[in-house]
Amino acid sequence: MLYEQELKTFVEGTTNFFEVAAQQPASIGSPYLMEGTPSVHEYTGVINISGKREGVVYFTAPKAMLTVLLMKMQENDFSHETMRDLVGEVANTISGNARRDFGRDFVISVPSVLSGEKPAIPQKPGQRSFIIPINWRSHSAKLVVSLS
Amino acid sequence: MKLNAAPVNGKRSYKLMIVDDSNIMRRRIERSQQFEELELVGTAGNGEEALDLFRRTDPDVVTMDLTMPRMDGIECIGRLVELKPAVRILVISALADKATAVEAMEKGANGFLNKPFTDRQLNEAIAELMR
Repeated sequence: MLYEQELKTFVEGTTNFFEVAAQQPASIGSPYLMEGTPSVHEYTGVINISGKREGVVYFTAPKAMLTVLLMKMQENDFSHETMRDLVGEVANTISGNARRDFGRDFVISVPSVLSGEKPAIPQKPGQRSFIIPINWRSHSAKLVVSLS
Repeated sequence: MKLNAAPVNGKRSYKLMIVDDSNIMRRRIERSQQFEELELVGTAGNGEEALDLFRRTDPDVVTMDLTMPRMDGIECIGRLVELKPAVRILVISALADKATAVEAMEKGANGFLNKPFTDRQLNEAIAELMR
């Protein structure tokens, strides 16, 4: 269960990340709710949430988007390991920023990173997820928030 | 407490250690900081590595992430301050709640910068730390 104001926290966190880290705002689509495990892109950074809320928050993006994001961050290493590092750092930053509203009992894990076509996302059966679509330059990614 | 490093070649020089579990963030902080008097002595990816590096290199200034594997930043700050009370520590973390910032300061941190940050924000935070 996620309340509208809580969802807004993640939308604002995502907006802020692209504005500050990538110096170019992203267009955030209307969040929607879905059951089951959403499809993911090539790289996915997963944060496990515990404490007063339980679940996962993950950021999933294609390699092409991460490559441009790294360029905007003045990185010159575009290796597989750096892509994994970046996707984990984005998930960590957005989730950590959410504590401004959720408080310190919203406990976030260190990021775990999944890559490949069909990674297994740790999610409870029947759990519903909010999908926040992210469009940045010509690329699409998404933030998935699945909390109970 | 003021930084009090010995002058080297007529200029004050301070040893800098960067602690963050992200390689990208470590490189970003190293690349973006614009203080000639800061000499990078090493980087660490978690609190345990940071403690080991700290004992070997005796830094004056530390940037410290909080959410890290093996030993988190809050515990590490306390350990570093025990080893060297005069060390200046800037927390650079995504954790944006006030209670975490207060806890870090109580452990001995001297400044707190939230991720994501701009180069300007980073340099202003380091300048404040070294004042």
